[in-house]
Amino acid sequence: MKLGKKIERLTLLLRLDGELDMNTASIVRQAIDVEIEKRGIRTVILNLQDVRFVDSSGLGVIIGRYKKLLPLGGNIKITNVPPHIYKIMELSGLPKIISFYVDEAHAYEEGRGA
Amino acid sequence: MKTNQLNLTFSSIPENVSITRLLIASVGAQLDLPLNDIEELKVAVSEAVSNAIIHGYKNNPSHIVYLDLNITGDSLKIVVKDEGCGITDIDQAMQPAFSTDPERMGLGFVFMQSFMDELQVDSTLEVGTTVTMIKHLKQTPIVSH
Repeated sequence: MKLGKKIERLTLLLRLDGELDMNTASIVRQAIDVEIEKRGIRTVILNLQDVRFVDSSGLGVIIGRYKKLLPLGGNIKITNVPPHIYKIMELSGLPKIISFYVDEAHAYEEGRGA
Repeated sequence: MKTNQLNLTFSSIPENVSITRLLIASVGAQLDLPLNDIEELKVAVSEAVSNAIIHGYKNNPSHIVYLDLNITGDSLKIVVKDEGCGITDIDQAMQPAFSTDPERMGLGFVFMQSFMDELQVDSTLEVGTTVTMIKHLKQTPIVSH
């Protein structure tokens, strides 16, 4: 799993490249949690364009960050999900609680200004 | 369709989960399964193997997980076995959103059930758990004209 990180104010953009399973979930968990704790990050945008596989361990790390950010007044957003990855997420009910966006620009846009 | 049998014995380490997915994907490709079916098989195997490591062996890397694939004319049988702690209540463990870990969604069995035609879980406390999953293979239709 390769991670690309970009931080802008209180928003962390994380681009994931690889397979999101029990082996790589901890890498993603740590990458996000350290920014929440040390920099006070409140919005996490996950770009999943280059994610080739996800299972319940991978979904677990996303839902875990959602549960962590929610009481802090934060939010998690998902962008660029490949169709076969989206199918798994849909089956899990994830889109009912987490917002999905076509790309990073749309994810940034929502919640800004207004 | 030819019959085939593959057995993989591996250490209960997270790195091996992706290897089991590679194996099932190769087998699925040999069987000419559609890409979507192969993706689903990968998820089902990943869930069963992850469960063995996380729950069966409680993430202890010094144990062994067994993966057996059995292909007959009309089905692909996948057996994932651990010799770990076993499941106290199988019915409860198979419920959606049941998980012993708040980080997890309790979806492992849901995915296995959704993506396979048959799922059987046999477990004995302190002896281990065997998950048997079957995918029915469609026979290639014979075109006669």
